Amino acid sequence: MSTILKSTFVIFGLAGLAGGLLLVGCGKKTTNGGQKAGAGNSVEIQNAGSDTMVNLAQAWAEAYGAANSNVDVAVAGGGSGTGIAALINGTADIANCSRAMKSSELTKSANTHGKDPKQHVMGLDALAVYVHKDNPLEEITIEQLGGIYGEEGTITKWSELGVKSSDGNDEIIRISRQSNSGTYVFFKETVVGEDKEFKLGSRDLHGSKDVVELVGNTPSAIGYSGMGYATDHVKMLKVAVKKGEAPYAPTLQNALDKKYPISRPLYMYTAGEPTGHIKNYIDWCLSDAGQKIVVDNGYIPASKN
Amino acid sequence: MLHRSKYKALLEGLIEWIIRICGISAVVFVFAIFLFVFWQGKGLIFSGEFDFWKFLTTKEWYPASESNPRYGVYALITGTISVTVLAMVIAVPFGLGAALFISEFCSPKLKETLKIVIELLAAIPSVVWGFIGLTIMNQLIMELFGAPIGLTVLNGAIILALMSVPIIVSIGEDALQAVPDSYREAGIGLGVTRWQMVYKVLLPAAKNGLLAAVLLGVGRAIGETMAVLMATGHAVHIPFDAEFPFLHGLDSVRTLTATIAAELGETARDSSHYQVLFIIGILLFTITFAVNLAADLIVKGIKGK
Repeated sequence: MSTILKSTFVIFGLAGLAGGLLLVGCGKKTTNGGQKAGAGNSVEIQNAGSDTMVNLAQAWAEAYGAANSNVDVAVAGGGSGTGIAALINGTADIANCSRAMKSSELTKSANTHGKDPKQHVMGLDALAVYVHKDNPLEEITIEQLGGIYGEEGTITKWSELGVKSSDGNDEIIRISRQSNSGTYVFFKETVVGEDKEFKLGSRDLHGSKDVVELVGNTPSAIGYSGMGYATDHVKMLKVAVKKGEAPYAPTLQNALDKKYPISRPLYMYTAGEPTGHIKNYIDWCLSDAGQKIVVDNGYIPASKN
Repeated sequence: MLHRSKYKALLEGLIEWIIRICGISAVVFVFAIFLFVFWQGKGLIFSGEFDFWKFLTTKEWYPASESNPRYGVYALITGTISVTVLAMVIAVPFGLGAALFISEFCSPKLKETLKIVIELLAAIPSVVWGFIGLTIMNQLIMELFGAPIGLTVLNGAIILALMSVPIIVSIGEDALQAVPDSYREAGIGLGVTRWQMVYKVLLPAAKNGLLAAVLLGVGRAIGETMAVLMATGHAVHIPFDAEFPFLHGLDSVRTLTATIAAELGETARDSSHYQVLFIIGILLFTITFAVNLAADLIVKGIKGK
């Protein structure tokens, strides 16, 4: 065999190998419903999803792990969409979602796992509209928010809302979220409109905390995030549905009474009816001990039926 | 004649083959990766619904829309170009200046120290640069330029400039070192000043190598992801217009790389959104390939002389 032939053979062999590795890497990973028995009979539950819920989920996991040393709950963030994708792909046992699963996602999960995904309401969150603490604005309507954030909205200046930003810049700096965040989807549905889109040009940040931090540093910015993330540098606006209606502050009570217009349930999804360790874990999260952690994290407990 | 044992000959053959495989494997991996990226995106390219011209020339980027998804990357391309161009405007004078200083003007001791420090600059992880952009540079730009928000083209460009300077310096310095000493001696013999030496002798002699250094710096800047994702504000926005100064350095933009990084995690495998992100990958691959090829051809030009 000539050297050229030999090297050609090697090149193709290696190409095949590399290609094969890539394909294998993309293959579906499966777990057997979180019942993976590790060393010493300890069980690991994979829990991924919403950035809004990541602190809450972490607190649950720690408290549960302290009480049940044989169960280890691994929590990851990344956004509701990421959690759902992980649930569908089988890399997560529980998906945390700050929005409901879309019908396309429900079908996909049912097709993959052979059973309908199960929804669990774990608590409520009020989405606060944040401005810089020096901003004179106190209240805003959903219509105005739609005008600021929506694709067809025309509001771009603070003077159109009747205020002057403390740094003299009249342009409203819109802070939004990346599109796989449940917060983004929920805000879009509630404020911008179900079939409408966000106006392009908003600064799309990657975490609930980042939004609040950036608003706190930017006098002419407006942003939205979970109310649990408030700091001393920002102000939460009171929100009214329409002009002329009474505005409500994002407080526990207002959200429980359903007066505050931008509040939403926080969900956990499992691939089917949960069993074993996963069921125990979700039941514990919904117990008094678990729901106390919900309140401690600035959210509203799920009402008991 | 030297007598070699059969064992030694075999060993040498083996080592030769191992080295050959190492060399070939790089080629194989590049091809495998390109094939993989193309394979992931091809479904949409050949679906008939995908208009490549529209993809390149419209700015509506609504890949996650349920009702009306639109895939226009024009704004993202302008984002990448604006950040890269401004980064090079900053990095090229600094990089080439530093390369000249290290190669021609400083003492051998200082030279070693500077080279080590500059290589250290290249070792800082990009997420750290991004963090510096998000926190320190954001505040600085707001204060120095009176910008309403500091996450801008300028911010990303400064960060990218700092990241590509080490590449430009080390390759530029090699190019200057490659100028034969006889040129310098001839120059000194003619009694030229240091400035004349640089301007009339070294720069013309090393121009290909220096250009290659700049182009590799460009390649680094285009491909960078994490730092620009954090520093540019991640807003779908075109920073150019027809009036002077044409490029608005204080606008927020979003780059091609950042879009892939921010959105790939959420997408379901083989959905249109997933595929369009891989088409962006092909686009980036093509751009960096063109830049690197240009750099290579130019370097070859040096050797030809």
